[in-house]
Amino acid sequence: MSSPVTSPKRQAQSEESIKAAAHASKAKRRARRAPYWLIAASIGILLVGTGYPTAWQLVTSTQSYGLAQQFGAAAEFIGLQNYIELLSDTEFWQVVGRSLVFCFVVAGLTLALGLAFALLMNAVNKAVRLILQISMLLAWAMPIVASMTVWTWLFDTRRGVVNYLLDKIPGVDMYRFDWFASPWTFFLMAGIIVTWMSVPFVAFSIFAGLTQVSDEVLEASALDGASNGQRLRLIILPMIKPVIAIVMLLQVIWDLRVFAQIKILQDAGASGSKFDLLGTYIYKVGTGSNDFASAAAASVIVLILTISISWWYVRKLMKEED
Amino acid sequence: MKRKSRVGLSVLAIVISLVWIFPVYWMLNSAFLPTTVLERFTPTFLPFGGSWRNFTSAMDDGTFFRALGMSVAITLIVVFFCILFAFLAALAISRFKFRGRKTFIIAVLLIQMLPAEALFLAQYKMMSSLGLLNSVVGVSIIYVAAVVPFTIWMLRGFVAGVPADLEEAAMVDGLSRFQAFMKITFPLLAPGLVASGVYAFLQAWNEFTVALILLPAEDAQTLPLWLRGFVQASATRATDWGEVMAASTLVAVPVIVFFLIVQGRMTSGLVSGAVKG
Repeated sequence: MSSPVTSPKRQAQSEESIKAAAHASKAKRRARRAPYWLIAASIGILLVGTGYPTAWQLVTSTQSYGLAQQFGAAAEFIGLQNYIELLSDTEFWQVVGRSLVFCFVVAGLTLALGLAFALLMNAVNKAVRLILQISMLLAWAMPIVASMTVWTWLFDTRRGVVNYLLDKIPGVDMYRFDWFASPWTFFLMAGIIVTWMSVPFVAFSIFAGLTQVSDEVLEASALDGASNGQRLRLIILPMIKPVIAIVMLLQVIWDLRVFAQIKILQDAGASGSKFDLLGTYIYKVGTGSNDFASAAAASVIVLILTISISWWYVRKLMKEED
Repeated sequence: MKRKSRVGLSVLAIVISLVWIFPVYWMLNSAFLPTTVLERFTPTFLPFGGSWRNFTSAMDDGTFFRALGMSVAITLIVVFFCILFAFLAALAISRFKFRGRKTFIIAVLLIQMLPAEALFLAQYKMMSSLGLLNSVVGVSIIYVAAVVPFTIWMLRGFVAGVPADLEEAAMVDGLSRFQAFMKITFPLLAPGLVASGVYAFLQAWNEFTVALILLPAEDAQTLPLWLRGFVQASATRATDWGEVMAASTLVAVPVIVFFLIVQGRMTSGLVSGAVKG
């Protein structure tokens, strides 16, 4: 190699290295293109399944769309008219307010219980933990329609166990109490049911986060004389903050758009706009009165609400991705 | 002192377990009891003297098996394509740096926040113009699109958890890239794939809203729709709760069994996706 004379061998070598370089750059180009091939399928299905409907929703929300358009008449562009109409409708605002209150109360309760149960799972011995976990899992695994059916049976006016048991408490008269009669008891019932369904996911997620908190750190803090409360507040909670943040966000989003539960409860015996949350409101406007445009505008408002609630989290993630 | 508080916590945990499991227990209990017993004022808390009669009459007219077939077909399609698509995408975002990567990640995250309930009108219009109402394909497309973002998110944590160095080390030892991937990375990803598969299974099996909109015909019903129809039909002649609870049990049991089998992997999968995300 050190010979200054250009030997045929060296020639061949350099030719080979050029070839290798060409090959490498081809491979590089291929590697550059590879990720796009890998995400192509997902992008395709997302464009069809969510992209197109979202775009349709946005377009339709600016059009006048009613029964006539269902039969083929072209829809007319009316700008923000649908939004203006919605936002000046007090009934819509009531539904929004009710949904927000329902969402924050239920999500808050779910998170508090989930955290408490996760800490409990961490504190008790293996056998008791298994019992608690299995019961949570069963509640979690139940198909939503099946559990709603059971709950309507539990809250049944005449033969429901809930009324029966509450009536047993001295001084409480719940004989044939109708939970579906007033919006207050209706949403109390819905809140209990949604919390029951959602707590397991939160409890398991936080519990899994807790198992990642190292024992050594906890022991060290115990040696330093930290009380249980201090340990929870100063060590455990900060360490599981990422898990809490994501489950809180998901919970708020899910509870804001809760539909199936409310719809099935309504089917079981409550109707009227006082029993509506955003999901059922949009459903009624869209399918009941065939006013697709107003329903689309309401959907877009829900979307904006969701994004503004979760904006801080998305921004935090964007920063992390840099 | 410390032991006492331990015992107290254990008792509390067991009480909570009983409260949480009660609705599930009540469903089973009522499913075995005849209507005459359920109609009594005092509830019967144990299914003594119960029978399978409610189950046989719930399955009587064959609509159950039709709905079961529909649900199984949709669920299989959704699980398969979700795992495949999400796996490829997770590979892309955790193993490659490319332009648009960040946009893709943010888009996946944002799409998870899109309320499906706010899209169903558009989905209905789209599927009816494509002639895919009441078809397995139409619903499956929407389900895959709805489930894929979360599975990408979940799997991404797993793929990132397997160091690329491991694969490279295996390649130095003479394996091809494909072999290295199949022998080293894939087994380590198995729990993640199982977790995403289970997630997709549950979503597809339990989904109600989209099915309600896209499968209006009675002979295209999935199990949740069948159950709802069953409840409504029963309500027209004073709900036969025993039969309705048997029907609920029929819909719930496959999920519960499946869920219990894979539960450990499921939760660890959910969380490592979230934590490492």
